[in-house]
Amino acid sequence: MIALLGLVVGVIAGLFLEPSVPLGLQPYLPIAVVAALDATFGALRALLDGIFDEKVFVISFVSNVLVAALIVYLGDQLGVGSQLSTGVVVVLGIRIFSNVAAIRRHLFHA
Amino acid sequence: MPDATPGPGPDDETRTVRPAPSPRTPPDGRRRLLGALRAHPSRGQAVAGVLLALLGFAAAVQVNAVRSDTPYAGARRDDLVQLLQSLSAAQDRAASQLAELEDTRDALEESTDQRATALQEAKSQLEALQILSGTVGATGPGIRITIRDPDGTVGARTLLNAVEELRDAGAEAVEINDDARVVAQTYLSDGADLTDGELIVDGRPVRAPYVLEAIGSTETLSEAVVFPGGLTDEVEALGGTVTVETSDEIEIASLAPEPDTEFVEPST
Repeated sequence: MIALLGLVVGVIAGLFLEPSVPLGLQPYLPIAVVAALDATFGALRALLDGIFDEKVFVISFVSNVLVAALIVYLGDQLGVGSQLSTGVVVVLGIRIFSNVAAIRRHLFHA
Repeated sequence: MPDATPGPGPDDETRTVRPAPSPRTPPDGRRRLLGALRAHPSRGQAVAGVLLALLGFAAAVQVNAVRSDTPYAGARRDDLVQLLQSLSAAQDRAASQLAELEDTRDALEESTDQRATALQEAKSQLEALQILSGTVGATGPGIRITIRDPDGTVGARTLLNAVEELRDAGAEAVEINDDARVVAQTYLSDGADLTDGELIVDGRPVRAPYVLEAIGSTETLSEAVVFPGGLTDEVEALGGTVTVETSDEIEIASLAPEPDTEFVEPST
């Protein structure tokens, strides 16, 4: 419940405060959001599996975001930034799909 | 990248197979979800809430940025450099086009100026020629000479001398008796009866007293009339009188007959 409330509060704050993205963070924010989404869906699936652990969730969330940003940063330094960020998005997208599939089976038995 | 799901981390194959054979699992998942939603506030819930708030905040900010910012805000450096290069190339092209057009404009302005100057010169030339040929009226400072001839002794020769003296003094337009414009083609001859006091100017009779109006420098023209042995002396020797008055506003309204050339043609 609190988690859902937090999500809603975050979205509302982002929409109404309308902060501008710092220039240095601009390439990393979209990737970080996708990575955090992946962690969140993984956590939801773990919850349905009955193996949710808040410590694991925190660590996976933070490390997902950091690693995704690091990969994009490395890609930028190597000159393959756009390709690497595409790759990261594809990988995270596949993981999100598989997690959502598992959640769907739990909730709808299908 | 660390796995978000703790535990067995099964591959997709086992996932696809698992829910079907065990009828016990599905109610488990739903119950757990409902349980989590109804759960009392705990540290885990709070942490998850904070992280999800972060996620929502970042997502909303990013969506806003993509929607409101310029399309280049999220572009990569390489793309931006390429864009910049193509833009500066376009700017160079536009600048060279601008320089070309400015050159063209300058050339056109110059030729327009030249044409205007030529037109003005032609106009002033036309005016001078019109006055010289007597096809337009003329006005300006000058003198008016009145020759009275009670005896009818002043003839074409005297008047011709007077006209020549005036021309010598720089008269720019000459008229006799407000009627006969004196131009290059003008001829003077005595009338049928000299004592009648009549002259023929361009085929038209002109009667005494003769009034010559001339436009030019008033001083020079007056001098030309009254110098010793000049017009005044000549006319007085013949028994007539000459009066000269200067005016700042001599009006010459008569026009010379239209020149009619039958034989002559301009030589190339």
